[in-house]
Amino acid sequence: MIGFVLRRLLQAIPLLIGGTLIGFGLMQLAPGGPLAIYTLNPTIQVQDIERIKIIFGLDQPIHLQYVKWATGLFSGNWGYTFFGGRPVLDVILERLPATLLLMGSALSVAIVLGLSVGVLGAVKRYSVFDVLATTGALFALSFPTFWFGLMAIFIFAIQLRWLPSGGMWELGEEGNILSLLQHLVLPTMVLALVITATWSRYSRSAFLEVLHQDFMRTARAKGMPPVARLLRHAFPNAAKPLIALLGVELPFLFSGALVAETIFGWPGMGRLFVDALGMKEYPVLMGLMMFTAIFVIIGNLLADIAIALVDPRVRLS
Amino acid sequence: MSEPLLRVTGLEVHFPIRSALLRQRIGMVRAVDGVNLEVARGETLALVGESGCGKTTTGKAILRLIDPTGGSVRFGGEDIAKHGSRALAPFRKRMQIVFQDPYASLNPRMSVGGILAAPFEIHRIGDAKDRGERVAELLRTVGLPPEAARRYPHEFSGGQRQRIGIARALALRPELVIGDEPVSALDVSIQAQIINLMKRLQAELGLAYIMISHNLAVVSHVADRVAVMYLGRVVETAPREALFFDARHPYTQALLSAVPEPIPGRHRARQAPRGDVPSPARPPSGCHFHPRCPIAIARCSQEAPEARIIGPGHAVACHLVTP
Amino acid sequence: MSAASAAPEGQAGRIWKRFRRHRLALAGGFVVALLLASALFAPFLSPQDPTLLDTALRFRPPFADWRFPLGTDELGRDTLSRLLFGGRVSLTVGLVAMITTVMTGALIGITAGFIGGIVDTLLMRFVDTMLCFPQVFLLLVVAAFVPPTLLSISLVIGLTSWMEVSRIVRAEILHLKEQDFVAAARALGASRARIMFRELLPNAAAPILVAATLKVASAVLMESYISYLGYGVQPPLASWGNMLTNAQGYFDTVPWLAILPGVAITLTVVGFNFLGDGLRDALDPRLRMDP
Repeated sequence: MIGFVLRRLLQAIPLLIGGTLIGFGLMQLAPGGPLAIYTLNPTIQVQDIERIKIIFGLDQPIHLQYVKWATGLFSGNWGYTFFGGRPVLDVILERLPATLLLMGSALSVAIVLGLSVGVLGAVKRYSVFDVLATTGALFALSFPTFWFGLMAIFIFAIQLRWLPSGGMWELGEEGNILSLLQHLVLPTMVLALVITATWSRYSRSAFLEVLHQDFMRTARAKGMPPVARLLRHAFPNAAKPLIALLGVELPFLFSGALVAETIFGWPGMGRLFVDALGMKEYPVLMGLMMFTAIFVIIGNLLADIAIALVDPRVRLS
Repeated sequence: MSEPLLRVTGLEVHFPIRSALLRQRIGMVRAVDGVNLEVARGETLALVGESGCGKTTTGKAILRLIDPTGGSVRFGGEDIAKHGSRALAPFRKRMQIVFQDPYASLNPRMSVGGILAAPFEIHRIGDAKDRGERVAELLRTVGLPPEAARRYPHEFSGGQRQRIGIARALALRPELVIGDEPVSALDVSIQAQIINLMKRLQAELGLAYIMISHNLAVVSHVADRVAVMYLGRVVETAPREALFFDARHPYTQALLSAVPEPIPGRHRARQAPRGDVPSPARPPSGCHFHPRCPIAIARCSQEAPEARIIGPGHAVACHLVTP
Repeated sequence: MSAASAAPEGQAGRIWKRFRRHRLALAGGFVVALLLASALFAPFLSPQDPTLLDTALRFRPPFADWRFPLGTDELGRDTLSRLLFGGRVSLTVGLVAMITTVMTGALIGITAGFIGGIVDTLLMRFVDTMLCFPQVFLLLVVAAFVPPTLLSISLVIGLTSWMEVSRIVRAEILHLKEQDFVAAARALGASRARIMFRELLPNAAAPILVAATLKVASAVLMESYISYLGYGVQPPLASWGNMLTNAQGYFDTVPWLAILPGVAITLTVVGFNFLGDGLRDALDPRLRMDP
């Protein structure tokens, strides 16, 4: 097991290096370079820009800039925002809880709902329920989520006035859990839509695969009741692809969170990203890119280790 | 003696075994381990052995479909074992291959005409019209109608597909064709047709064949000479008659005892080798055959036997065989 | 020639039969055909010039005036005409992005799969790395960096979504390249390029076609989203995405302005997704996922 974890850790290193290379490369693509915000500002003199360049180390050769930036990344120095000069990592970490709350609640809804629909569909394959569920899942995957969000605001916030249309708290009610939950409903619904569909599709096929194995037939022949068979035998065996899905899905979860957060003004990382985009806050943009990428790499690593814990065969291959 | 068409000397194909973690080499599979062979113009050499003995790998290494890790492959007097693809190009025309599985050896997305025109396209021979005529000619040669060019491989039966494979191999007028179990995937009734076709073409075109087979019975119909392989090495080479009536290597004898007797009334004692074929990753020391050999002595496990000539064209690699 | 086209009929017939059984895919194909036709003939179908402003005719409701069958927007432009021309833009971006995706993905996948070794390792690590970034993040950053033209938007979408295709193609090539017809081509002295593009690629056509169809759907979705955020298709050129940006402001009073482009996007994406799903089942039963 330790060997397996070590091997997976080793495999994550090139990903991390590759990720920083892509991130750094993208930053060079920025029009006007990383200092566009200064170079495009007419009130700043050429000499000032030269001075800023030296402060940021931008007069040095490109590979040295990269090394400096990458080592900073791993030592916690993620640079400073153009506006306000705050440490980028602080700005990001400030927004992390809101995003985690949204992703967590959406993922919980999606797993519970998607798994039940998927398992039921697999058990009652080709039934009316199954056909409706698989068709519905494909529909859900095709919905433009942002439009779905707009429609949700239109129906539940504007027409029915059941729920708030955006934000995280009512003004002056920061810290009120009830207000938070009310605000959480619509973004969760929007983010959960696509993930639920993915989960139901995957769990359906994972269970279909398991249900036709010999050991399931043996369990049935032994006279084991259906629910016990499902819990004792099917679940542990279908868990592997589903844990893998958890890891693979992380980038999509971030993408979805960004969409939901922009529609509902949810003050998380996705919202921060879109705001930073509008203000050309390159350090924040790059920080967010790297933060999500590292998050995804670690997430996949954990998923792989979890799979190895569930299935001893994985460790050896 | 003049140089034969093909002379293979000390041919080796070793595949590294790598570890999962750091991909460092932790072993070697000696698929082909010092093979010597000769093929004269117009003759048929059968290369025989159980599956996994390296006979197909030998064939593919001669054709340079697999890169040999050692030894030489002299074709028409020139060693091509280390040629790059450019230097190899003229030799590609001179030796060809017919595969075992007629379903996998034809590109399912190409028409038969496209498949047969490919050799001319690759070697820039003729124009489109000329190639069309050549394709029709090839189809006639292997007994298929010219209209077959417009159809796709899946529309043909296994035997017909094998004819197409033979036609492709003959397109560039090769001097040597390697048949890698060319009939073993076919129905028995079709096998004879294909073998007869190949024999007829050999007579008409003066081809030399290397027929790779696990089946001594098939070999007895076509071969002039037979080479028997075991775990990457040739253990016995002999003219057909000598091999069938005077096999000397214990392994050859064991193989022959498994062949149904072609002459009624004659019976050989069945002496299948003991145990299983060992892994070529960890072959036994000395003579590879010694753990399964009924007559092995102490020396066999220590020293690999050299091939010794014991009769006209008859060579055996066994410590216990004397001329 | 007739015989040549007749040749794969047995196979094509079987595929068509399998596809026909898939009623949702047929419906998807129908919707896609309709959308493509309406985009193609947009100038003839549009009742008005989609850019014509008339503030006297703002916010006409749908079905109230035969000159504006689906009403008008906040600047008095005809919604139906804008939807038709917007569809042109969205589908063009979707198709060009798909072509970019498929070409990049196929090229990288076939190179990695066929060449193997260190080339394969490097390319696949690159794919893994690209997949660590959430696509919307990558897309928005690049979209914000390059001046938004139809071509640049398509290329940006295409170049941030090819990774999946390259994995599919690579897996297919790894399986195909061990087949004897490839060895036969090598024995004939065929060049690497000939083997990759003449022998192997046509055999990977089915999964590529399926991926291409599904990629049009996701590209249309991506275009509408970045246009909605203002980093995609720029006004006055209409796209379904940027129509939503404007409509958002009049949500409580004129909701149809937001509903109609959304329906158009949904129809397109659903159409292509169902079509792709049906194609997958028909072309490659191995990849089947749904009943």
